[in-house]
Amino acid sequence: MKNTNRRNRWLGAVAVAAVGALSLSACGSGDDSASGGEQVSADAVDAALEEGGTLTVWAWEPTLEKVVSDFEAEYPNVDVELVNAGTGNDQYTALQNAVSAGKGVPDVAQVEYYALPQFSLAGSVSELSGFGAADLEDTFTPGPWSSVQQDDGIYGLPMDSGPMAMFYNQEVFEEYGIEVPTTWEEFMQAGRDLQAADPDVYITNDTGDAGFATSLMWQAGAQPFASEGEDVTIEFSDEGAQTYADTWQTMIDEELLAPISSWSDEWFSGLNDGTVATLVTGAWMPANLESGAPDGKGDWRVAPMPQWEAGAETTAENGGSSLTIPTDAQEKELAYAFLEYANVEDGVQTRVDGGAFPATVAEIESDEFVGKEFPYFGDQKVNEVLSESAGQVAEGWSYLPFQVYANSIFNDTVGQAYVSDEPLADGLAAWQEQMTEYGEQQGFSVS
Amino acid sequence: MAVQQPIADRAPRNRRRWTGWGFLAPFVAVFALVFLAPIVYSVHLSLFRDQLIGGTSFVGLDNYTQVLGDDAFWESLTRVGLFLVVQVPVMLLLALLVALAIDSGRLYGASFFRISIFLPYAVPAVVASLMWGFMYGDRFGLVGNVNDAFGTSLPDPLSPTWVLASIGNIVTWEFVGYNMLIFFAALRTIPTSLYEAASIDGASEWRVITSIKLPAIRGALVVATIFSIIGSFQLFNEPSILQSLAPNAITTDFTPNLYAYSLSFSGQQYNYSATVAIVMGLVTMVIAYVVQLRGMRKEL
Repeated sequence: MKNTNRRNRWLGAVAVAAVGALSLSACGSGDDSASGGEQVSADAVDAALEEGGTLTVWAWEPTLEKVVSDFEAEYPNVDVELVNAGTGNDQYTALQNAVSAGKGVPDVAQVEYYALPQFSLAGSVSELSGFGAADLEDTFTPGPWSSVQQDDGIYGLPMDSGPMAMFYNQEVFEEYGIEVPTTWEEFMQAGRDLQAADPDVYITNDTGDAGFATSLMWQAGAQPFASEGEDVTIEFSDEGAQTYADTWQTMIDEELLAPISSWSDEWFSGLNDGTVATLVTGAWMPANLESGAPDGKGDWRVAPMPQWEAGAETTAENGGSSLTIPTDAQEKELAYAFLEYANVEDGVQTRVDGGAFPATVAEIESDEFVGKEFPYFGDQKVNEVLSESAGQVAEGWSYLPFQVYANSIFNDTVGQAYVSDEPLADGLAAWQEQMTEYGEQQGFSVS
Repeated sequence: MAVQQPIADRAPRNRRRWTGWGFLAPFVAVFALVFLAPIVYSVHLSLFRDQLIGGTSFVGLDNYTQVLGDDAFWESLTRVGLFLVVQVPVMLLLALLVALAIDSGRLYGASFFRISIFLPYAVPAVVASLMWGFMYGDRFGLVGNVNDAFGTSLPDPLSPTWVLASIGNIVTWEFVGYNMLIFFAALRTIPTSLYEAASIDGASEWRVITSIKLPAIRGALVVATIFSIIGSFQLFNEPSILQSLAPNAITTDFTPNLYAYSLSFSGQQYNYSATVAIVMGLVTMVIAYVVQLRGMRKEL
């Protein structure tokens, strides 16, 4: 009840503003363009919850299962069907197919931040300002919140986030007497020292990962991608991108990076036996380390992300996803009620308990969350570091409206620098060229 | 009477005409639905272009002109072409050797060899690729272990230079047994009287192979070759699985099939993907047909 009241209070304001649309909105037009955005009052959402119905949710996030059963228990008239339509790209393909066929479209779909512009630009997902999402700005941390916005519209509610930090194997650093790096310069030197001490030990692994590379550029202040409507800009010439390319070129040239792809069998072995000494990645990593590298228990720690400039405190996001409402969804009011429940209200705590890293300020700053001790990390209060990172995410980053495709050809182009003499800069140029070509084929004006 | 005669004549003819179709109908319906409809649909798809901005429009043969000028497509076609001319002869020769050895009857434990060589064919291609992927690892895999144990430095099987050969190795391992079985079955159908006649004439074992066995199984050789050609052009499972281990060596346009897959599933270019698939299908058909013609002509 408490939560229902809270929602009523802040949605009440919208209800007043949207009073004209109030009576009609319950029918749902389902036909709004990406820019328009329909007006749905809090009362309409409540009425939909009361009336009930069936809600189809496409998501692969495991912690949602518990959220769905709690939601159904709280609103007995609502029947939620949670469908795993594939992870990431597989699900996007299914969703894209359903959207173009105009049938079988779910009411709620999980979409990662990097893929969201592709759906928002095409008008495949609803603009949520009119549902009351515009008032949620202070509810979410800045990184995820900016990720769900495109051209002043809000296209999803952030579900989780991946502020980056450095996970490192303290045992390895102590064994060789090497300082834990705080800048990328020190990181590189630590890589050299580790290699000198034991050629089998690498500072980290990397075989070219679009998500990782773009996050590093993000942290360095680069803004290679920009888009406004149909106008897209792709440019790797700014200082941030150059800083990244220079540093990483040295890492590659000196063979400081273990040539092991993330999530491979070899990778987990490396994390387990200490031959991969650090991972600079999103805050969702702890649970994966615990399950994937059980032997590392007690050895791993978390430190702030290495900085491009000594003394700076800038981070970036890596991964994370939102829940969206497809434009052709049948039960939009109900869908929005579910989004709120899962991403703003009780569902957040449920998912945090399940190991997710939230995107809501309240949870990230709560004493219980920040103070939690992780036995795997030698009882370190891991979330202290991660929460701090969440507040330091560099502003101004955006992804392309066709980032899914762009990331898929990253290894065809930039990846070649890892396995040949081709400079990283040339790889980036080739990547830019292919992205430009694709963008133009898709009807964008790319510059 | 005179009036009824023509009617009686016409009736059975009509009935005959339609009964035939009636019997055919179930087959025709299924054939049209399962074989023709997908092809027609692909051709239909290939004539359009769907854009994120602007939606779908009819573009005629534009997609086909684009394929013909697409370097990525030609590179992938060259790659499977190279794979074809190297891997297929090696694999078929091995299969033939094994089949002849088992058929010679001089092998101790012939049925054991037959089963163990055929066994990899029963392993799903995905599992086989994963298995070999683990072994190819030069850090924690078998290759890495060999290097550690003997102090050697074997080349990385998953490096861009070697990855095609590594895939060839997997495919050979998978399909030697299958082809061996085709050859072996053909060898078993040769009447023993021919061998008796040959031994009476004092023919050597080599002479028996070249003059009796090989000519007798030429049909099987042609069939196996055609299957292998089609298989090479359709190369997909192995590179697709290994891609996660060697993302820089196996690009998204490594083989024509992989290219069509990436176009469609990462790029949402279904129309262009369908075009690539159709062109590839035509190329495969032409090459398989040429091989069949040549194979049959020799047989005559």
